Amino acid sequence: MKFSEQWLREWVSPTLSTQALADQITMAGLEVDAVEAVAARFDGVFVAEVVGKEPHPDADKLSVCRVDDGSGDTPQVVCGAPNVAVGQKVPFARVGATLPGDFKIRKAKLRGVESRGMICSASELGLEEETSPGILELPTGAPTGEDLRAWMMLDDTTIEVDLTPNRGDCLSVKGLAREVGVLNRLPLQEPDLAPLPAAHDAVFPVRVSAPEQCPRYVGRVIRNIDVTAQTPLWMIERLRRGGVRSIDAVVDVTNYVMLELGQPLHAFDLANLHEAVEVRTAREGERLVLLDGQDIALREGTLVIADTAKVLAIAGVMGGEHSGVNPQTRDVFLESAFFSPLAIAGQARSYGLHTDASHRFERGVDPELARQAAERATALLIQIAGGEPGPLSETASPDHLPVERQVPLRAARLEQCLNLVLPGAEVVEILERLGMQVVANGDGAWQVTVPSWRFDIAIEEDLIEELARIHGYNRLPVRRPAARLALRADGESRPPLARLRRQLVARGYQEAISYSFVSPELQALLAPGESAPRLANPISSDMAVMRASLFPGLIKALMHNLNRQQTRIRLFETGLVFRGDLDSVEQTAMLGGAICGARDPEGWAARSEGVDFFDLKGDVESLSSVGGDAAAWRFEPAEHPALHPGQSARVFHRGEAVGWLGALHPAVRAELGIKLEVFVFEVRLDALTEGRLPSFAALSRFPEVRRDLALVVDEEVPVQALLDTLRKRAGEWLSDLRLFDVYQGGGVVKGKKSVALGLTWQHPSRTLNDEEINQLIDAIVTESRQRFGAELRG
Amino acid sequence: MDHLPSLVAEARAAIAEAKDVSALDAVRVEYLGKKGEITTLLKGLGKLSPEQRPQAGERINQAKQQLSGELEARKRELEQAALDARLTEERIDVTLPGRGQSSGGLHPVTRTLERIEGLFTRIGFDVAVGPEIEDDYHNFEALNIPAHHPARGMADTFYFDATRLLRTHTSPVQVRTMESQAPPIRIVCPGRVYRSDSDLTHTPMFHQVEGLLIDEDVSFADLKGTIEDFLKAFFERDALSVRFRPSYFPFTEPSAEVDIQCVMCNGDGCRVCSHSGWLEVMGCGMVHPEVFRHSGIDAERYTGFAFGMGAERLAMLRYGVNDLRLFFDNDLRFLRQFA
Repeated sequence: MKFSEQWLREWVSPTLSTQALADQITMAGLEVDAVEAVAARFDGVFVAEVVGKEPHPDADKLSVCRVDDGSGDTPQVVCGAPNVAVGQKVPFARVGATLPGDFKIRKAKLRGVESRGMICSASELGLEEETSPGILELPTGAPTGEDLRAWMMLDDTTIEVDLTPNRGDCLSVKGLAREVGVLNRLPLQEPDLAPLPAAHDAVFPVRVSAPEQCPRYVGRVIRNIDVTAQTPLWMIERLRRGGVRSIDAVVDVTNYVMLELGQPLHAFDLANLHEAVEVRTAREGERLVLLDGQDIALREGTLVIADTAKVLAIAGVMGGEHSGVNPQTRDVFLESAFFSPLAIAGQARSYGLHTDASHRFERGVDPELARQAAERATALLIQIAGGEPGPLSETASPDHLPVERQVPLRAARLEQCLNLVLPGAEVVEILERLGMQVVANGDGAWQVTVPSWRFDIAIEEDLIEELARIHGYNRLPVRRPAARLALRADGESRPPLARLRRQLVARGYQEAISYSFVSPELQALLAPGESAPRLANPISSDMAVMRASLFPGLIKALMHNLNRQQTRIRLFETGLVFRGDLDSVEQTAMLGGAICGARDPEGWAARSEGVDFFDLKGDVESLSSVGGDAAAWRFEPAEHPALHPGQSARVFHRGEAVGWLGALHPAVRAELGIKLEVFVFEVRLDALTEGRLPSFAALSRFPEVRRDLALVVDEEVPVQALLDTLRKRAGEWLSDLRLFDVYQGGGVVKGKKSVALGLTWQHPSRTLNDEEINQLIDAIVTESRQRFGAELRG
Repeated sequence: MDHLPSLVAEARAAIAEAKDVSALDAVRVEYLGKKGEITTLLKGLGKLSPEQRPQAGERINQAKQQLSGELEARKRELEQAALDARLTEERIDVTLPGRGQSSGGLHPVTRTLERIEGLFTRIGFDVAVGPEIEDDYHNFEALNIPAHHPARGMADTFYFDATRLLRTHTSPVQVRTMESQAPPIRIVCPGRVYRSDSDLTHTPMFHQVEGLLIDEDVSFADLKGTIEDFLKAFFERDALSVRFRPSYFPFTEPSAEVDIQCVMCNGDGCRVCSHSGWLEVMGCGMVHPEVFRHSGIDAERYTGFAFGMGAERLAMLRYGVNDLRLFFDNDLRFLRQFA
């Protein structure tokens, strides 16, 4: 809601500066977004009449004019505007004037011709942002010699208030004035809204067949108006300052009254109405060409204004092109109705429309305003465009008009809610200032009647908010909440996400946060076979589908950085992934990462080779051991369509598949144009936060025995299988098993690998002897030979 | 016997000339070893008369002690020199950077969320999370935002179908908590939220932290106290001015917007605060009785307050970030600044 400060001050004018007024409104909950001067600073500009115009002798595009500026003199000025003409009223800057930008007007010679002053355009006066094509033409009735600033009332500001949806009552100068009056304890100066006597008795019939949606419909026939009448400058200016463009006298008046009182009005060309106005819901198949030229199909149930032949308008939203006021209009039918908020709510949006009228009706227009607004509009219209008013006709359905709301208020509840004892007299005083009727209901209770314009007040808490608001939020008490102290178990075996994050940070990872919706193409490439819900109204096609994996976001982030000369990248992200169709979607928290580039940060002592699978696996293992239960995790060779088939593994936690890690498939990389090898992982967060409580085992006082073993097996044999066998055969006193070398090359037959293992035993209560260790080694070697064809390396 | 002085002189010269510990040891053997010159002299004492013996013995022992002392001193000197040489040789340039992995960093939003969670959990709030694909009921209806409510226009919602959507705030987590837990309730709900808005100052996804406190005798005064404490703690400014402006949210009544004195210009007016000296940082209010009713909580017995803030907004103010969109580009040059 944007309005002229001068206009507001006509209604109520507290002794506050513009800024103080804006601050006061803001602190009352009507947030002022902008305060702007209507015109830039200038002076010495007067209304003048062009009394002579001749071509410039030496310049085609210039003319030499004489203007009467009311000073008794008719100075000669050289003017470059194409639209200057004799008889025009124009803004004229006399010699000595200062225009915006501190531009001083001096006597000058232009191409040899003397020029004393300047005829101004709207932009030269700072009235328009964009450069105006010609001079500003003033209405022919503009008084010659009058100071332009004063005459156009340019010493004004526009104040823009960002109203919350509950305060529809403030969508007018009257509504805002009411608030300002309440805040400053000032009465309102209302314009004359007295009923006009009818000049004839023509009434156009109105039939309301949807009284629930339209409980009140006020109409009036006004005959013989002059639609070509010029809207007065003051009205054009107030509309402009309210963000509304001047169209013609009739539309300007209806808009003016809407801005002034908050009642949207509509004027129909009476000649285009057939038999009667019907307020009803739309029927299937009906269409309407709107004022803006759009031809729309109406949905059944939409409230419309129609006559007996056709639909004229979407009620409370927008009129139709066919029935609107046009240059041939002589008689108009003025509509001033109360449409129920529920009838209008959502309608405009469902047709892709948003109008000043729908904005107001959705939020609630004072149902008592319709007659007043019709009278006001009639008076203004007759003043500007002449015409003869008929009687006001009203079709009302009292059963469907909003009922007067009675809201109880208890002092105890007020105190409970605000921790403040507000004296009863003050409570009553504030509520009455707000237009409420307050009846004391015995001990510390009141019955409050809400004024018709306050649609937002329905319950006790609404009244409490009003009291708090007018009393002043910042004068309300401040206290710290008191609570019983309750301890809560913290789940020691469950490492929090914060610790997992820090584990990766310590290993050189930067955390990324990427959008939860991704491009369907990237998802198909990186998580093929996973289905995920698709947005009905995505912001763009590359954010259309929910991520089924963290890979798309991580890879996108990785590529963003590769494209910016970053070559060593380690990123991780945590968040939900969405799998399945909408009805069975699983929203699973995951932790994932992506790495590429050199193993170490570049440096004098760095290893410059690129990362490989085992760098990533080390990181994942470090994560899986944060919970202290590394033994619960296993990695098994498995194929994932986006990963290198020979360098990918499925991650299992306590036997359940919970994630993947591996090298990005070369074909996928090629598709994405990534040259470096990239390794990715993602693991379910619930598995990572499932740990184990430490459990003490007594320390043995007896010596350890260590034996190293080198077994040669086929290179195809997974080391994990070998380790599993070893562990099984090494007896219960095995305390440590280490893989310290895997070797292929000289001394080992091609196609084979030598796996070097360190086994350590320790018995809790005695020294182990060589013999029993030898027996264990024999058992290990025998089993390894049987299962994997393993030989001891000579 | 008479050559003892010259022998001592000779030995001392040899000690002085010894270049290392082994040369010195050879000198020791030559003079004080089993067959050393001094030892031999001592052994020859037996040949002397009993009268001469004590005096001669004393002289030889004196010489022996003197040489032993000098040998020891010289040995220490040589060892020290050897150590010095070794230390010099082992000198490195300690200004070279250390070896190994450099550490990464948390995303500034995570950093901010963790801080906010920390401030509230320290005074007894729990952290609650919930689904991001939500239903209309939990995101709107239960929060007193029925269909066609003008407030639905306040948040441009991403929909999947008529009833399922991406949550536009973390309030559904509050609803779910109220459904499953009896008061007292003290929670903060951090998380991703979504609105179909994308321009210089809006991203279609961002993070919120909402808080909820429900108990007997909770008032607007407690809300003000909690919010003021929080903002002063978050910005680590005890003197930070905080003001409450009446506002509107369908799920709270009374409702307020919270402004703080601009942390960039200390309230003098700058570009960040649009020269107003104030920054809007969060919204809050007393839980609307209708919300209690939806969750089956007795609104006469219990009262509560709720608040909500944008993590990116707070991170921008805290760290001076001037472009919201940087948060989701994941540019390492940006992320590394918060390590």
